[in-house]
Amino acid sequence: MTNIPETGRNPRVQIRLVVIQILVLSLLGTLGGRLWYLQIRQGDEYAKEASGNHVQQVVQPAVRGSILDARGVALADNETRLVVSASRTDLLKMKDDGEAVLTKLAGVLGMKPEEVREKVRLCDAKTPQPCWNGSPYQPIPITDEATPKQALQIRERAEDFPGISAEPQAVRRYPSPGKANTAQVLGYLSPVTDDEITKAQDTDSPYLRSDQVGRSGIERQYDKALRGKAGVTRYEVDNLGRVIGEAESDPAQPGDNLVTSIDSRVQRIAEYELNEAMKAARKEFDRNTGTNYKADSGAVVVMEAKTGRIVAMASNPTYDPNAWVGGISAADYKKLTGKDSNYPLLNRAIQGQAAPGSVFKVVSTSAAVEAGYDFDGSYDCSSAYNVGGQVFKNFESANYGPINLGRALEVSCDTVFYRLAHQEWKKDGGMNPKKPHDYFYKAAHQFGLGEETGIDLPNEVTGRVPDRQWKQSYWEANKDAWCKTGKKDGSYVEKIAYENCIEGNKMRAGDAINYSIGQGDTLVTPIQMATIYAAISNGGTLYTPSIGKAVVSADGKQVDPIKPTSHGRLPISKETRDKMDAALAGVATNGTAAWRFEGWPQDKIPMHAKTGTAEVYGKQTTSWFATYTKDYSIVMTISQGGTGSGASGPAVRNIYDALYGVQEDGAIDKKKALLPQPQKALPKVKTDGTIAAPKISEDPVKDQQATEKDEYAPLDDQDQGATVPNQDAGDRRTRRRRRGPGRNRKRRILA
Amino acid sequence: MTGANSFQVSGYGPERAGWTRLFARDSVARRLDWPILLAALALSMTGTVLVYSATRNRTELNQGDPYYFLVRHLLNTGIGIALMIAIVWIGHRTLRTAVPLLYGASLFLILLVLTPLGSTINGAHSWIKLPGGFSLQPSEFVKLTIILGMAMLLATRVDAGDKQYPDHRTVLQSLGLAVVPMLIVMLMPDLGSVMVMVIIVLGVLLASGASNRWVFGLIGAGTVGALAVWQLGILDDYQINRFAAFANPELDPAGVGYNTNQARIAIGSGGLTGSGLFHGSQTTGQFVPEQQTDFVFTVAGEELGFVGAGLIILLLGVVLWRACRIARDTPDLYGTIVAAGIVAWFAFQAFENIGMTLGIMPVTGLPLPFVSYGGSSMFAVWMAVGLLQSITVQRPMSA
Repeated sequence: MTNIPETGRNPRVQIRLVVIQILVLSLLGTLGGRLWYLQIRQGDEYAKEASGNHVQQVVQPAVRGSILDARGVALADNETRLVVSASRTDLLKMKDDGEAVLTKLAGVLGMKPEEVREKVRLCDAKTPQPCWNGSPYQPIPITDEATPKQALQIRERAEDFPGISAEPQAVRRYPSPGKANTAQVLGYLSPVTDDEITKAQDTDSPYLRSDQVGRSGIERQYDKALRGKAGVTRYEVDNLGRVIGEAESDPAQPGDNLVTSIDSRVQRIAEYELNEAMKAARKEFDRNTGTNYKADSGAVVVMEAKTGRIVAMASNPTYDPNAWVGGISAADYKKLTGKDSNYPLLNRAIQGQAAPGSVFKVVSTSAAVEAGYDFDGSYDCSSAYNVGGQVFKNFESANYGPINLGRALEVSCDTVFYRLAHQEWKKDGGMNPKKPHDYFYKAAHQFGLGEETGIDLPNEVTGRVPDRQWKQSYWEANKDAWCKTGKKDGSYVEKIAYENCIEGNKMRAGDAINYSIGQGDTLVTPIQMATIYAAISNGGTLYTPSIGKAVVSADGKQVDPIKPTSHGRLPISKETRDKMDAALAGVATNGTAAWRFEGWPQDKIPMHAKTGTAEVYGKQTTSWFATYTKDYSIVMTISQGGTGSGASGPAVRNIYDALYGVQEDGAIDKKKALLPQPQKALPKVKTDGTIAAPKISEDPVKDQQATEKDEYAPLDDQDQGATVPNQDAGDRRTRRRRRGPGRNRKRRILA
Repeated sequence: MTGANSFQVSGYGPERAGWTRLFARDSVARRLDWPILLAALALSMTGTVLVYSATRNRTELNQGDPYYFLVRHLLNTGIGIALMIAIVWIGHRTLRTAVPLLYGASLFLILLVLTPLGSTINGAHSWIKLPGGFSLQPSEFVKLTIILGMAMLLATRVDAGDKQYPDHRTVLQSLGLAVVPMLIVMLMPDLGSVMVMVIIVLGVLLASGASNRWVFGLIGAGTVGALAVWQLGILDDYQINRFAAFANPELDPAGVGYNTNQARIAIGSGGLTGSGLFHGSQTTGQFVPEQQTDFVFTVAGEELGFVGAGLIILLLGVVLWRACRIARDTPDLYGTIVAAGIVAWFAFQAFENIGMTLGIMPVTGLPLPFVSYGGSSMFAVWMAVGLLQSITVQRPMSA
């Protein structure tokens, strides 16, 4: 074998071969080292990542619980609709960001391409509604009103509509039973945001990307109970999502039903009557401003006096809560939140605050008694009260002479309270107070004013008691502005600003006097007044108003009643309460509200009332009407609506008529009575989830009006037994219509 | 050049060899480099198992037959071994006379790829579809013929005793011989193979004893060339993206970085002993693309763990170590160059392939020698083993 040359063995080649060998060795060493690093050093990390790779969660959304009225009628439930939605992630993968697909889709759905595009764009600071406020990874609903034909068109040509799905989904529905809209009380839902998902991530009730969250009202307050728990099934999957491993699953738990104390029939009547009262007020001429009353907003609360439960709560202007379902349209959103909308989303029963006017006098009366004045003493109800050259007039300058506190309530005499408040102010040291008792302010706080009642609705406002503390902090906040604009001899506004600048932090005589009749800086909410008048009715307990009555599981097996709670007692003795009670009954029989309770069966259902007409600087008067029986307390207010009894009186009377079945002639028709006693029993939720609810009439208002018409039809034998035949039926028939301008004007003096 | 026929002259033709003669001292069997043979065989068998594990559930690839890839991988190995035996039988020196022919044939094949006969797989237009579901990747054979061709040019005058080292002219000629097919492969574009060829050229030049100026000049030219290619936009976007993703897979975890990421997760989750054969969830879940070919190492990493994957590296180490020994022990320059070229080829291709699954090298479509599924690659590497064996067998017994 020596014929092979030894040319490969020369030293240069040998050295280089060793170099190659070393290089090769180091390459392999590098691989080994790296392998060790990945598998041994960081192995645990990658193992964790690998396990996350293979688990897919399939989420079955939980059906949201229904909101029921006291008898089991659904105020909010779910219905199955064909929802067409678009996956943003899929659309963005396309070359034109899905433009073509969306345009095609718009054609199928009969919408404008622009409309569809707006629905799928994401909300940000610069994007106005409509836009998608929910998670960008969740399919965005384009319409929930697709017809089966449209859905079929989309599903059959899936390849033409990538990223678009059309599926039946449970969608929230606000059925408005018997036209009871209940909008602001129920609230609405909107998609969960990324922020909320992050925040709720580690709590015991995390959100899903597809979740809808209660944004206001009951939907928000009881969101956790109503929402239920989505089912999650975990599958081990391969890279294409095919299931390769065992599944572990948590079944979906449907949300609980919430039984409320709302009675949909009473609610409907309250809403209707409030709206009618406001319409009527707008036809009234206001002498002070020389125009008709604007009656821009109003609220009414019907509360169970002995529990604080809300039977009806209406706020006007109102809206259709179904507008929010399936994403709100641009036009609707503008209507609900725009400048000219007058904010129908506000629940004015708990979020509207105004000076109470004379309905506040129950607070002043008890303050006076607390301060040592005899309820039955004699107080001069002069036509005016004079303090240091400033004249505080009685309403319409009426003069009743010396009367007791009860009569002062009945006729709503301002000067009696002026005098008492002024005396107390002087006793407390006047402009240089020394350890002031502040009986009048203390009483307001004890009546629960200036703080939330604690109703189970979000964003309740507190109102305001303009006591010394508030004056001080208000002055500190505003003195700079006041001192800048104030002029000693300027216009009215400038003069006020000047005075405020000098001594706005002090309680002045005029402040104390105005405050005593619920004027000045005092602000209250309708729910606060309803709570107070209910407390007077029930003997002094301030019940925390509530709407939720029980949380009932979807299968009806678990019932968690929500018990009434109280947040205080009125600072009055039983004796004072009884005297006040009698005086307020007097208001309804021969006081300022008497003309509204003509023919009321006072012997059977004692009615108590107090009217209020609050003056607001630069605006028309606020109408207040606070009433109670032993069962209910009803408070109505209309902003820029006129007088208490004038604007709100007929509506409140009609609500009582419906509750108790009081007929035109004062007879009580128990069959027609909607709710002569508060509903105690809870509706029954059956194990299959259905609810035993009574049949709902189309419109309880029509029923009530029909009842009245029936009376006049003598052919109706059944009714004849219950109602007393009446000779001047024709006259009564027109009573409702006659609650018009003519009579109002005559009686305004009493408001 | 009398040594060219030494195989026959020695009278050890396998057709005449009985078992006793086969294992007699000085017999072919005794002279074979068994570590290389056994290591290569072990790698191929490991590959069979790993390829099976990666493909048994991929119904879209295996046409419903879980053993489709297993059988074919075994078949490829068998053909590869047959090719090795043929080369040992013919002898690398005899083959030397046929090198121009082989080179020409391989050049013809890669040119054929550029015609409508060629087809594109994974962005590289480097395949020829054959009837019966087979396909050929000629660039694999080009690696071999470049080694043979350059070795022939560089060694001829040195082996003849005319010169101690190849002169400039010869080096230039040999470079020209390598550059022509490299340019064609670059057009496909199969960048991974071009990289391997550059390293092969470098290894061959080093082993040939060519002047240092050539070696460093080539390294410099390669660097400049790479930069030029990068800057002048000759590369397609997907190639640049692959690079970017290797550097930072989080940049685009759903796109290009996906391969890198999933590969790393698969290997990392293997730990010391792995999840057990056929029990890797990354593998079963088919999260790693191209797992039977370019990313076959991830199967080993996940299912066999550090122990199994390390063993593969070790086996490759055995092959490379022995090949280095062969290069050093071969008396003639031709054998030395061929062996060194094969070392450069195997070493770089293995490093690149495993390195990309470990996230330290950019992602290119290179098979792991012996282990990855793929006929052309399997044939080429076994033919290379045949050359190594032939060099060993024909080496004079050490004195």
